Amino acid sequence: MDQIIVQILNGLDKGSAYALIALGLTIIFGTLGVVNFAHGALFMMGAFCAVITSKILSASHKIVDETRTDFLGNPLEVDTFYVQEWFGMAAGQTIMEWAVPIAILFAVPVMILVGFAMERGLIKHFYKRPHADQILVTFGLALVIGEIIKYTFGANPIQTPAPPAFTGSLDFGVFLGFEAQTIMYPYWRLVYFFFSAMIIAGVFAFLQFTTFGMVVRAGMADRETVGLLGIDIDKRFTFMFGLAAAVAGLAGVMYAPIVAPNYSMGLDFLVLSFVVVVVGGMGSLPGAVAAGFLLGILESFASMPVVIDVLPGINQIIIYLVAIVILLTRPRGLMGRKGVMEE
Amino acid sequence: MSKSNFTRRGVMKTGAAAGAALTLPTYLRADGHAGFTNAPGDSEVVLGFNVPQSGPYADEGADELRAYELAVEHINGGGDGGMLSTFSSKVLDGTGILGREVKYVTGDTQTKSDAARASARSMIEKDGAIMITGGSSSGVAVAVQALCQEAGIIFMAGLTHSNDTTGKDRKANGFRHFFNSYMTGAALAPVLAAQYGTDRKAYHLTADYNWGYTTQEAIQSSTEAMGWETVNTVLTPLTQTDFSSYIAPVLNSGADVLVLNHYGGNMINSLTNAVQFGLRDAQANGVNFEIVVPLYSELMARGAGPNIKGILGSQNWDWKLENELGAKYSGTNAFVQSFGTKYGFPPSQAAHTCYVQTLLYADAVTRAGSFAPCAIDEALSDFEFDGMGNGPTLYRGSDHQCFKDVLVVRGKENPENEFDLVEIVEVTPVEQVTYAPDHPQMGGAEASLGECNNGA
Amino acid sequence: MFGLTKKDSTLMLVVFGLVMLAPFLLNPFPEGSGMAQFNAGYPDLMQRFVIFGIFAVGFNLLFGLTGYLSFGHAAFLGIGSYAAIWSMKLVTLNVIPGILVAIVVAGAFALVVGFVSLRRSGIYFSILTLAFAQMMFAMAYSVLTPITGGETGLQIKNTDTPLFGGPVDGSIGRANLFGYEMGNSMELAVGNHLFTFNLGYYIAGFFLLLAFYLSIRIFRSPFGMMLRAVKSNQQRMNYTGLTPKRYTLSAFVISGMYAGLAGGLMVAMDTQVGPERMFWTASGEVVIMTILGGAGTLMGPVLGAGMIKYMENIISKINKDILHEWFAFLPDGLEDVIVSLVYPFIGKGWHLTMGILFMLVVIFLPGGLVEGGQRIAKLFRRNKTADTQDATSRTPAE
Repeated sequence: MDQIIVQILNGLDKGSAYALIALGLTIIFGTLGVVNFAHGALFMMGAFCAVITSKILSASHKIVDETRTDFLGNPLEVDTFYVQEWFGMAAGQTIMEWAVPIAILFAVPVMILVGFAMERGLIKHFYKRPHADQILVTFGLALVIGEIIKYTFGANPIQTPAPPAFTGSLDFGVFLGFEAQTIMYPYWRLVYFFFSAMIIAGVFAFLQFTTFGMVVRAGMADRETVGLLGIDIDKRFTFMFGLAAAVAGLAGVMYAPIVAPNYSMGLDFLVLSFVVVVVGGMGSLPGAVAAGFLLGILESFASMPVVIDVLPGINQIIIYLVAIVILLTRPRGLMGRKGVMEE
Repeated sequence: MSKSNFTRRGVMKTGAAAGAALTLPTYLRADGHAGFTNAPGDSEVVLGFNVPQSGPYADEGADELRAYELAVEHINGGGDGGMLSTFSSKVLDGTGILGREVKYVTGDTQTKSDAARASARSMIEKDGAIMITGGSSSGVAVAVQALCQEAGIIFMAGLTHSNDTTGKDRKANGFRHFFNSYMTGAALAPVLAAQYGTDRKAYHLTADYNWGYTTQEAIQSSTEAMGWETVNTVLTPLTQTDFSSYIAPVLNSGADVLVLNHYGGNMINSLTNAVQFGLRDAQANGVNFEIVVPLYSELMARGAGPNIKGILGSQNWDWKLENELGAKYSGTNAFVQSFGTKYGFPPSQAAHTCYVQTLLYADAVTRAGSFAPCAIDEALSDFEFDGMGNGPTLYRGSDHQCFKDVLVVRGKENPENEFDLVEIVEVTPVEQVTYAPDHPQMGGAEASLGECNNGA
Repeated sequence: MFGLTKKDSTLMLVVFGLVMLAPFLLNPFPEGSGMAQFNAGYPDLMQRFVIFGIFAVGFNLLFGLTGYLSFGHAAFLGIGSYAAIWSMKLVTLNVIPGILVAIVVAGAFALVVGFVSLRRSGIYFSILTLAFAQMMFAMAYSVLTPITGGETGLQIKNTDTPLFGGPVDGSIGRANLFGYEMGNSMELAVGNHLFTFNLGYYIAGFFLLLAFYLSIRIFRSPFGMMLRAVKSNQQRMNYTGLTPKRYTLSAFVISGMYAGLAGGLMVAMDTQVGPERMFWTASGEVVIMTILGGAGTLMGPVLGAGMIKYMENIISKINKDILHEWFAFLPDGLEDVIVSLVYPFIGKGWHLTMGILFMLVVIFLPGGLVEGGQRIAKLFRRNKTADTQDATSRTPAE
């Protein structure tokens, strides 16, 4: 029982990452009709916002310490952190440790701008082009972004730890009446889950309760009619692209402490996020979220030792197996709308 | 269509007149008078450095390339000569190999066997490379080694740790200086028993591919011989990045040691996750819970950051070896000095093994007096040498595996800088990690090198 | 000629000429010169051009004609490879049976996968094919290790004893065609130029010509028209009493067999298989090749395949030393500046160059490389534009 609860928590955690990425992807997919192969790259850029913030905050200059020597026998150069010079040792240390939460403030505007730039500079010209061309151009863009990151930061993963206040685990089982230490769950993963839930709720509320959101939803359903009503749907679409980029970016920032970012993490998530979106059903935001959590939880269950013992290799294929079963039993995924991306 | 008296390289060197000269060699066949593939001309010889330049091991590949460039520089008489001054064999005099200047070509393996073989074939067919070296994964090493065997080219393996490279997939034309899974198990187990006791219960998470299997097998059998019990072994997909669902069940499984048979990004992520889930600070069965990472590398330690502190593993070599354990490991400082001077930071063990392999090849050619693979095979087989940073070392003839001391290391608690991440716990003497060539983990009696292939 | 119209015959002759003369065309620079780095006329790369050309031509039969975007086509290539290597390990080292087995087995898998996946269309179809391929990859990598060799893959070993004609002296068997080994080459030296004529390449080239010819015939046949009808309006097809699925499934199986042929040839040319050739990036690669060259055109996929393989094998091998050699004529300071400017785009940066190329092509040549070719052709013979337009018979991709 305790194992099942742990795996549900794991599933919710993985699921929230999948759901966030898929949410952004399906906004671009559903509203703009663009197959965006650079979406994984946006997620990766988000994670690197955390890395960059942490690097900026721990910017340092060298002071030569004559008393010690480095590996070649030359005098050792000691790093001195600017923040510690400016704010004092302790405060500076705290600022550096809180790099990831601080990165959120940095990432939101950056990612929105990246989204705007991408849409205005490139994607805009591809609305009327075949999906094949969209795939080629966005895949090319994803390669370029990835290579720039690799060139700047190397291929090795870069640790970006959560603030010390969130390291360690919560004894989750106690709340459910288990003995102490049976269900331990890392604080940061719980934070990630609640943070994702908030963002998802925020996006839904925005689309549901604002006029802007209403217009966008109308545009998703019937772009032409909305255009005929004299509404400049293009401008709103630019904004939606920025929003999607920001959601992907936030998913990335917060994910950085869970899995150390490296330049290819976008590609790792790309295929998975497409599967999530399609299983959820094209053009459906709730579908994408539901599919994200469903696949996350099933993936976690499938990797339990008892399950693997019975069905070796099931952990490797579970996501794809579930995708096939769902797409064959429900023609448009969980909640897909008719006629979106079906031809 | 008559056989030409010129080698492929020779043709272009001599300019071979304006008239058409038809020759009938194949890339797998003898080339002219020399009797082996890609026999070099009189002035230069081409080596092929085939390393991962894209994909997860790109940084490791970059470090390997640096080492190769340094080795070429030293063989050609540039720089400070590095290990040439400490190497027990003195035939290399800085005039290239057999009087020919060493040139090199590079390629990207992408850590995929197909791409690695394509790259190796282009070096052999297009650039006339006489030897291929490199690799940062065992699948690639095995694939390229098989190709070189067919083509009649020498393959000097780079970083490859799976038993199979010199075990069940060993080849007469392939040589490995790096240590292997079996040696890791044999070196690590006594230290684990001494540090953590002999009544431990281990839980293995193993990367679901060849190297993972052999490493798990080696660790499992050598720790069980010490009295440990293996509670469970779980295979994890290579493409996994979040290991939470594999880590979470560990604490309540009755195990008190977690062995992570992971390498590279896999290891960085699984270790990070294990620390997140509080395994490093946990108690189980009344003792401290411990994590073990069988194969260490500097890049992984850097990637794992503070999570690596206090965690035991094994290494082929470390740049602090000579400083800490004395002149037995001479060569280390000479190499670190020239590498550090050129690039500004200390070399990784991947760089070391690649550098040493290149020198060993050059030395073997010189001693044999020929570039022919079979002559090199003979020169390297059962060759004993010293002064290459690992102490006295034997290149065993029956499986082309190097036998030398193995380092047991631990993540340093208070690293002084970003390159000083591991501390040496113990050096396991070579006798303890030596095994019979027909050891069951090494493919048993069936495994054989086959015949060396000159390409003729 | 062979049931082709005059224009198609011309195209076929052009392709024939290109395949036959590739060893000359791809080695334009003299050996030992700075530009020799860009020579691509060595057996391995020529074989790859041809093999991936076949793969892309087959993919284009499905995607270019019906508009169904399969994102799991590499699985059939991988299946074909495994089938071929087992045929060589167990039956004979002759490549012909291996290639035939590869085609048949890949076709059978395509039939199953296609039958299931074609119940959906659009993106749903793409994800179904992707899911099947990823499952095959994951299983080949892990649980099926006894059959597939896992990560290490399969190679011919000296312990393999095929039923017919294996080596008896304990050496490693080589793929051959009735005794003539794939690696056999003839070299021709003309001045400083060195040209290599490789038997394996010409065998693969023969199959490319066959595959290309078939593809022209399919494009021009009533069956091809039906496939185009599927793309333009399935509903109307239904109303006229036709069952689109029969046609799409046939196209799917045929293109799966093309992939199997490519897989079999890969093993024939280089006797080894690894599971990563079934990974989704490999499937993505053939999609990119086709679109890059020009989906729905006859020549496009071949050009796209050539372009990507050229980048992968040539650009990735240029290193800093070579750059310094090239720019050695410049004054020292300038040389370093130029080298450091170019350096990010070569060697380990070849992905960057490729990404930029993709974007440039799709932005400036909406019809892919074929359109580029057409534009160049137009420049040369303005008065005969109609001819070139038709010869490549471009239909827009979807």
